[in-house]
Amino acid sequence: MAGGRILLSHGEGGKRTRELIRKTIAKRFENPVLAPLLDSGLLGRLDGEVAFTTDGYVVSPAVFPGGDIGRLAVCGTLNDLSVCGARPVAISCSLILEEGFPLETLETILDSMKSAAAEGNALVACGDTKVVERGNADGIFITTAGVGILHDGWRPSPGSVRPGDRVILTGTMGDHQAAILIARNRLEISSEILSDVAPLSAMLHDVLAAFGGKVRFMRDPTRGGVGVSLNEMAESSRARIVLEENRLPVAAGVRGLCEILGFDPLYLANEGKALLIVDGSAAEEIASSLRKTGYGRNAAVIGEVAEGPPGVLMRTSVGGMRAVDYPVGDQLPRIC
Amino acid sequence: MRYVDAFREPALARPLVEKIRSLGEGALPFRVMEVCGTHTMAIARNGIRALLGGGVTLVSGPGCPVCVTPDGYIDAAATLGRRREVILATFGDMVKVPGTASSLEKERGNGADVRVVYSPLDAVEIAARNPKREVVFLGVGFETTAPAIGGAIEAAGRRALANFSVLASVRTIPEAMDALAGDPGVRIEGFLCPAHVTAIIGSDAYLPLVEKRGIPCVVAGFEPLDILCGISMLLLQRREGKPRVENEYARVATSGGNRKAQALLGRVFEKCDISWRGIGVIPGSGLRIADAYAPFDARKKFGIDVVDSAPATPCRCGDVLKGIITPRECPLFGKACTPEDPVGPCMVSSEGTCAAFFKYGEQ
Repeated sequence: MAGGRILLSHGEGGKRTRELIRKTIAKRFENPVLAPLLDSGLLGRLDGEVAFTTDGYVVSPAVFPGGDIGRLAVCGTLNDLSVCGARPVAISCSLILEEGFPLETLETILDSMKSAAAEGNALVACGDTKVVERGNADGIFITTAGVGILHDGWRPSPGSVRPGDRVILTGTMGDHQAAILIARNRLEISSEILSDVAPLSAMLHDVLAAFGGKVRFMRDPTRGGVGVSLNEMAESSRARIVLEENRLPVAAGVRGLCEILGFDPLYLANEGKALLIVDGSAAEEIASSLRKTGYGRNAAVIGEVAEGPPGVLMRTSVGGMRAVDYPVGDQLPRIC
Repeated sequence: MRYVDAFREPALARPLVEKIRSLGEGALPFRVMEVCGTHTMAIARNGIRALLGGGVTLVSGPGCPVCVTPDGYIDAAATLGRRREVILATFGDMVKVPGTASSLEKERGNGADVRVVYSPLDAVEIAARNPKREVVFLGVGFETTAPAIGGAIEAAGRRALANFSVLASVRTIPEAMDALAGDPGVRIEGFLCPAHVTAIIGSDAYLPLVEKRGIPCVVAGFEPLDILCGISMLLLQRREGKPRVENEYARVATSGGNRKAQALLGRVFEKCDISWRGIGVIPGSGLRIADAYAPFDARKKFGIDVVDSAPATPCRCGDVLKGIITPRECPLFGKACTPEDPVGPCMVSSEGTCAAFFKYGEQ
């Protein structure tokens, strides 16, 4: 396949389509649900309450430091399930390919999807492949949907948030968007900045298994970053969240990049982090158990829920206080 | 990063805050104007206003280039953008600024070719790559940006690019400070002087102001400790009753400034009177492109003039820029005028006082 490219005939439904689907795509995701290549994947009886989500991925460039669109498409959907307390069962994989896209890159991307799905313990149950003429897409777009089973007895409950609760962030802020910025602008910055794209299913499942009753609700701070997600969390729970600036974890490379370019890591997207609002008395214990996991090693309690009208505030490192609002404009398009 | 962190150190901030509070005690609130938009942003972002106690009132000044650009300039740029051969190259902040009838964003929606660049040199590159088009760079800025604009004009000259020009709207800070200091409605008792402007012009540039107006001047950097330290130095000057120019930002700005940049400005520009939005014409506060570089002056090339027009809205940007009111005292603030849908430039620019107050919830 070296040097091969996607042709329009890969999408025409004929022999070439069959070959691409069987040998390149389905072979990688091999599992009993997908194997018969029926029009639907038959998942059988699901035991528990079902969660269902979908997301489209158009990130540019398709391959970036720390990951690629394949890993992103799987992790993004798995994480949307996981922060709702659902253990992923199956995902779909719908590809839109541009004529001329290198087959070798497609294989790399599919390999990433395979390994991310395996790590998240989800099977790829169905899929679709379309090819569009050159110029009508940008290389590759992926849409995934996911089905999961809710952790027994747990439901996200923004309404139960109360003063004294605390906010946990499972790691450093802004790594994904910083990596995309560097890849897109070919910035020659020596420090290593990698996207944090990762499946959080196992880590969050373990948190709920050990501390379920203490976790009010969770979000994954993707587009708009921690700043936007916290505002949404404050809104939905009618809570006043006060952050501590000097507790916010930011990798040194990302901080440096933000200082130079004038970005605020609070508003940069993450693809392997979760925000948790938890019972204040259990916060430190939950954070320290998160820190024992690979993807949660930099977890920190970053703030608390205070009395007062809903919103997000920050106690700055010099002791001042300011609002943390939704950002306006300047958002980089196609980061996920 | 260690170098930056040192200027945000909480343990050093605490004694400075205590000093400011004790120096401010008893006396009437000391009105300090932070002239520069980057200071305004840093003050809001670090929550500094709330730290100072009642002894200091921080008043935001006109040091945001987008904010003080009159709407007539936007109108002129929009008119140029409607010419099919023209590519407008601009800093991103200008795109949403409303003119009397339009904005660059609206013109772009109507088909104008408006491109956001990060450096004036990028606009020169666009001109080199598009020899059949006319590239006009919207040269808006203070002494900090002016050398880059001048450098781009010289670069275009060296490369003999006949399709590059600049619609200049360059202003100088000390003249504006003097005008505000002489305005009885403003009542400034101390100036926190801009960091980067001073890196170019040198702290000696404020000596005539101190001599004429007797107002303490302290040049300060943009980190929170710089700002706190600068304010405490101003308070000490008041207590001693000896107004002078002091430089807290000596690690970057010197008394003489950047001679190379000054020489460049002297070659490419000459002084002129210019209008500041909401303030009016301040004599000698502008830089226009010198006759020797006339082929690169978009005004001359396209025979276009920037007509000064008073804003037709109840927007009080002018009073905000002069420090007469705070943004929250404007009837439009947060209602008819928000960062998504701005009425005045102070809400558009990332350095604008209204944007800072809105974004960081300043009171």
